[in-house]
Amino acid sequence: MALGLEAQLGDSVFTTRLDEAINWGRQYSLWPMVFGTACCAIEFMSTAASQHDISRYGAEVVRFSPRQADLILVCGTISYKQAPILKRIYEQMPEPKWVISMGACASSGGMYENYCTVQGIDTIIPVDVYISGCPPRPEAVLDALMKIQEQIKGETLLKDRHKDFRGILD
Amino acid sequence: MSISCATGKRTVSDPEVGLPSATGIWDSAHWAEREVFDQYGIRFNGHPDLRRILNHWQFQGHPLRKDYPIRNGQVCLETDSMEKEIRARLHVKGYDDDTISDINTEIMFLNLGPSHPATHGAIRILTALDGETILANVNEIGYLHRGFEKTAETLTYNQVIPLTDRLNYCSALMNNIAYVKAIEKWLGIEVTDRTQFMRVILSEFFRVQDHLVCIAANLVDMGGLTNYWYLYNEKEASYDFISRLTGARLTSTFTRIGGMYRDFHEGWEAELETQIQAIERGVSDSLKLILKNRIVHDRTQGVCILPKDVALAYGYTGPCLRASGVPFDLRKDAPYYHYDLFDFEVPIGSVGDIYDRIMIRFEEIFQSISIIRQAMKMIPDGPIFVDNPLVVLPPKDKVYNNIEGLANHFKLIFEGVHVPAGEWYDSFEAANGELGFYCVSDGSGRPYKIKVRPPCFYIMGGFHEMVEGAMVADAVINLGSLNIIGGELDR
Ligand code: SF4
Repeated sequence: MALGLEAQLGDSVFTTRLDEAINWGRQYSLWPMVFGTACCAIEFMSTAASQHDISRYGAEVVRFSPRQADLILVCGTISYKQAPILKRIYEQMPEPKWVISMGACASSGGMYENYCTVQGIDTIIPVDVYISGCPPRPEAVLDALMKIQEQIKGETLLKDRHKDFRGILD
Repeated sequence: MSISCATGKRTVSDPEVGLPSATGIWDSAHWAEREVFDQYGIRFNGHPDLRRILNHWQFQGHPLRKDYPIRNGQVCLETDSMEKEIRARLHVKGYDDDTISDINTEIMFLNLGPSHPATHGAIRILTALDGETILANVNEIGYLHRGFEKTAETLTYNQVIPLTDRLNYCSALMNNIAYVKAIEKWLGIEVTDRTQFMRVILSEFFRVQDHLVCIAANLVDMGGLTNYWYLYNEKEASYDFISRLTGARLTSTFTRIGGMYRDFHEGWEAELETQIQAIERGVSDSLKLILKNRIVHDRTQGVCILPKDVALAYGYTGPCLRASGVPFDLRKDAPYYHYDLFDFEVPIGSVGDIYDRIMIRFEEIFQSISIIRQAMKMIPDGPIFVDNPLVVLPPKDKVYNNIEGLANHFKLIFEGVHVPAGEWYDSFEAANGELGFYCVSDGSGRPYKIKVRPPCFYIMGGFHEMVEGAMVADAVINLGSLNIIGGELDR
């Protein structure tokens, strides 16, 4: 039963906290920037295509411009040659922004423990959700997306989440 | 230290003194020699632009030398500006400072990539533009260099198979087959008939998959998103068959030296037939959308033409070479696995433009389907592994119940298949062209050296020849029509 002000206003007005209203909007309209470098990006293509249909989660507006995106999906191996580019792209994304590391390579270097491969992108940029697999199935990508949505729900506007991050390129 | 190629071999006494460059003879040597310089530190005298290609410009040392520790990663802090290279290319094309002031406009330098939707991966295409026309172009690759060749030296021959999945990941199983075929050649193993037919069926099925992704993505670049759904849906559906067979959707690791991981499952014929019928439907739908489509014609016909001689000079193979009118296909010209028994055509282009490259892929899809149907009729019953305990793991009941079987199993797993000492080359008609492996063995169970000859590397090496003089927008769809796959381009 509504109390106080809400009781007075009836069904026409709905009160909530600012954080909650904004987070609700952010959760269901994530604009992903796909940083696809290797095989994992092919599985992202499947995630976006009809059968798995990422638009069911409100995240189908895939943007290749970091300035129009708030979620970066790193799909594939990141080499040391690629690392400064990944960092630059991440920095170009406006706040608030979230990062998904898709697959073994992005998360840990995967099967490439060698002279050219970065051993996990979290040495370069902060990561919110990791997906295991080589490559992960599309369902796993959708699962990660839901985890990000879940995380966004509990966030507050006042906190800068990545202020203290320092990577190997900083 | 020595370097070799399929036909000749030269010994380098001092890498600093190096060798004379072959760039005057073959244009493909431009990139090939840069790769040798980058990986081994051998100089090529007379090479116009000898610098690193796969590793970044701040990298020190030469990773494929045996004294370079495999885990010694080196951080790259900044991307190379490449200003010197693009200016040099402008001069080669005849745009010196006078002409530049003459055309009354400033030349604009524009980067496509390394992170750009048009590059389908990570390639950097640096262009010098007059308006929208490309005056000069230089390209930078290596963003997906993952150290295939160095890593392979630390693994047994069978352990290399998962790495080959990730070369051209749009047709992973084909690379598996190409690789084991190369190793079996030196071992002198003739795989069983059933396995040969299995390999043909699966190769052709994956050729279709590869072409589907290439065409779908290419048409998206042109603005035809509908085609993506038509073509990609069939690819997605094929994953059902592939994952039932191999256990994985993309990275299948399905071959073993001397055979296959396992035989076809029961009822595979009907499943495969349903699958290829669906593909035929999807492809026909897509063809209806583009065959008489004015936009597609205007954007692709006569655009980014690659003449025959240029294609040959750069070492093109596969659909891109055939689009330029050279009827070269290893399945016809050096048949393996009974390819001479099948009735199929090798489509050839007449112009060498983007249209030809797209249409050849469409036609190859139909030809591959026809080969699959013929092979499904011809495939015999029988074992999938050769009978050779030095190469093939013993059956599990022997491993568990019999000491010889157990010892044999352990030896093969720990030491790997021993391959006789020597060096050899073997090649295979993969979806993008000639996929070759040049191997050096010291007689142990691990390769001493493996050099992959990826089709994409040489194709990308000639990219500038097609786009200089064209528009920026043409460069985008041209790249799509070449099907550059980072995994095999940079290895
Ligand atoms: S995790 Fe596996 S599938 Fe993904 S990019 Fe790395 S090697 Fe490829």
